[in-house]
Amino acid sequence: MQGKSDLRGEETEVTVTRRVVAGIESRIGRELSAKMGGDISDLKIGRGMVRLRTERPSLLKLCRLLRDAMEFDHLSLLSAVDWDDRFEVVYHIFSYTNCCTMEVKVSVPKDDPRIDSVTPLWEGANWHEREAYDMMGIVFTNHPDPRRILLPQEYEYFPLRKDFKMDLE
Amino acid sequence: MAEMWINMGPQHPMTHGLWNLRVKVDGEVIVDAMPEIGYLHRGMEKIFENKNYTQIGPITDRLCYGSSITWNHLYCMTVENLIGVEVPERAKYIRVMAIEIQRIASHMMWLAAYAADIGLLAGFVLAMRDREIMVDLLQMLSGSRLTYNYSRIGGVAADLPPEFERDCLRAIDFFEKRIEEHETLYRDSKIFLMRSEGLGILSREDAINLGVTGPTLRASNVKYDVRKHNSYEVYDEMDFEVQCHSDCDVYGRYVVRMNEMRESCNIVRQALKKMPKGPVRVKTPMYAPEGDAIGRVEDPRGEGIMYVIGDGTDKPYRLKVRSPLFVTLSAAKKMLVGYKVADVVSIMGSIDVCMGETDK
Amino acid sequence: MDLWSVSYDLTNLLVDIVNFFIYGLGWLIPGSIGEAFDSLGDWLASPGVMRIFTILMEIILLIVVALLNVVTLIWIERKLLARFWDFRGPFYVGPLGYFQNFADGLKFFLKQIITPIKADKFSYFIAPVIFIGSSILILGTIPIGPEFGITDEGTPVPGSVILAFAIFAVAPFSILVAGWAENNKFTLIGGMRSAAQMMSYEIPLLLSVASVIVLAGSFSFVDVVEAQADMWYAVPLFIGFLVFLVCIVAEVERIPFDLPEAEAELVEGWTTEYSGMRFGFFMMTEYVRGYAGCAIAAALFLGGWNGPAIIPDEFWFLIKAYMVFVIFVWIRASLPRIRTDQILDLGWKRLLPLAMLNLVIAVVLKTLGVF
Repeated sequence: MQGKSDLRGEETEVTVTRRVVAGIESRIGRELSAKMGGDISDLKIGRGMVRLRTERPSLLKLCRLLRDAMEFDHLSLLSAVDWDDRFEVVYHIFSYTNCCTMEVKVSVPKDDPRIDSVTPLWEGANWHEREAYDMMGIVFTNHPDPRRILLPQEYEYFPLRKDFKMDLE
Repeated sequence: MAEMWINMGPQHPMTHGLWNLRVKVDGEVIVDAMPEIGYLHRGMEKIFENKNYTQIGPITDRLCYGSSITWNHLYCMTVENLIGVEVPERAKYIRVMAIEIQRIASHMMWLAAYAADIGLLAGFVLAMRDREIMVDLLQMLSGSRLTYNYSRIGGVAADLPPEFERDCLRAIDFFEKRIEEHETLYRDSKIFLMRSEGLGILSREDAINLGVTGPTLRASNVKYDVRKHNSYEVYDEMDFEVQCHSDCDVYGRYVVRMNEMRESCNIVRQALKKMPKGPVRVKTPMYAPEGDAIGRVEDPRGEGIMYVIGDGTDKPYRLKVRSPLFVTLSAAKKMLVGYKVADVVSIMGSIDVCMGETDK
Repeated sequence: MDLWSVSYDLTNLLVDIVNFFIYGLGWLIPGSIGEAFDSLGDWLASPGVMRIFTILMEIILLIVVALLNVVTLIWIERKLLARFWDFRGPFYVGPLGYFQNFADGLKFFLKQIITPIKADKFSYFIAPVIFIGSSILILGTIPIGPEFGITDEGTPVPGSVILAFAIFAVAPFSILVAGWAENNKFTLIGGMRSAAQMMSYEIPLLLSVASVIVLAGSFSFVDVVEAQADMWYAVPLFIGFLVFLVCIVAEVERIPFDLPEAEAELVEGWTTEYSGMRFGFFMMTEYVRGYAGCAIAAALFLGGWNGPAIIPDEFWFLIKAYMVFVIFVWIRASLPRIRTDQILDLGWKRLLPLAMLNLVIAVVLKTLGVF
């Protein structure tokens, strides 16, 4: 059984006292482009938000960098989008330290819809990824529990794909 | 007794909705847990893609029956972010006030459900009684009692009814006294402390890594609140404390929620005081531009996010909902393993389960 | 006029009516068959048989009265709980809603009785019989007044206290059987919990009762109550009284000790798979046990029917029993449910030593000759 003593005791609480610090976004952006170089593209700086695009092979490297070196510790949202020519997985990663949100978009080709799972980094991604598989049919490799989550296990379709038409009257 | 799996749910009084918690027990001790959801899946995100922006509004109410205004507001805010509309000041204040009233009502419903879980029926009845006060206020605002559909894209549905300010202040004052009364029922009860202290411990690192948000996160000693640290509407002008607790257990979650209700009372008062005169709604275009936007709010149960992609038509291309409990439930195993079967209700009750938003 | 003479008269009347027909048949039918009827009538009217029938009649009368009390207790609980929780409780059926329980009972009669396919049929049927039968039998052992208890031609049952507790202890067995027979994990856990709880609370319960027996020097309810004419045992044996109250709450499975049927975690515990009137009887039996517990508490610690003679003794007894029940309701209205391991901790580590201490106090008091 876990006891209260198991908790890390040095700091009494995480101090998220700051609102979004002025200039933190561009600092993060500069740091990222220095470290990732050509692996990221489309870097956009918004209010409290950094948006960028990366490719499948460099996703895990980027995520590891974000989590370990830049204190992005909370994966708040993982959404899958079905575009005409590709799937897109969008990660919204949040930092409790500097209140900055990172939006990472990764394209996944339609004929090979697989992508590395980030669950080993953020356990919170577990169910998000299961949901993305359930709804969109994107396979997350190395996922610990790759089953459907909302729909029955034996269901054959991926209902959020655009070619799955809803019966409207 | 050998180890065996027990299905708690989908029809079980503990679950507060349709979901299934499979726990593996060795005698009375839990050795494994596996939540299974999806029994209430309504294909919300698919429905959103087939409705226009105006039609989606009332559907978002149904995401969570406990805090429908919050979800409705989140949707409106996200779409406003997408089309770039600035909401009138007065509407922002009214929204903040309505959200906080809804938060109190939602926490009160949690208190009622939690009290019933641990067998304190007095807590159930009394909390439900006092929730009525807040529901009555919302009824004055919107005309309905469960799914309010009060926020609209570009403002709120209607201005405050006459005499609302007076009634609201009176209700809030009355309610603050009632919270004290509720506290005595729990804080002074030895058995309640036995049933809540040291249970369902979720350490700070685990809570952050598992993506847990809301009161559960704050009870795990992370002082983070979207309202404060990623402020939306006019929360940056409100003066309130972010409640957190260092116990990381069920009792901590209880304390955080009780104190949050007090803070919410404060915020309602401030919002009423600072509210300017003016219009409450602006006209918005039917068609959203191409592009994407996210909205992020502090739901009573955690961090609610919507991610909307517009494609130039009157329907969203994709509207993704991040429901806080969807993630919090995935942390159930971490909270449950090592405790007794009898603690399942206490631990799962403490995270305020609402299946509507979880299954979407 | 005591219960014995009333029952004797009633039995006499019944036997007379039956014998009228039997002797009539004997008169109508000639030969040896007629003589057989005649001798049957003689046998029925013989003193030994009459005595047995009279005792049966006493038990029936006592249980009917007690069941009326049980109904009243359910009504009291509903009304009181409603007041504690800020609503009004039943008030449509009958005066102040008194007949609501009868209406609910009628509803239970209309419900379908479902037997699970995988249940162990024999145990499934026999467990409620044992549970309900034994619980109702307790009522027969507790005298309500000095002349309103089971007597054998005026002599009260010796050892009725022991008898009452012996019957009390049968129920956990039947609950365990029921929980197992229903073939459901929740009911099994509920049955296990119930057995564990009742066994661990039986010991402090009986120890606190033992202290009363030591002071009174008798195993009979009547003697124990008579011995309290000067002072209630709740005063010298205050610890014992508290231990007894806690234990009896656990024994009758009420909040905060109702975990065998904790509806939030075990659905309804060992009663889950019972439906219709069987479930209704279970619910009623809970209150039967509740009433029995209150009555025993009143008899052993609160002076039973001793009281100023403004009202009949029986009413004093019932008032005391009701007051104990009001405490039960109060507890239920304000406490959450406790956990299994905590309940066992409480039983073995706190209540048992206290009960021991109480027994020592009783022995010391008796040795010093205070009582």
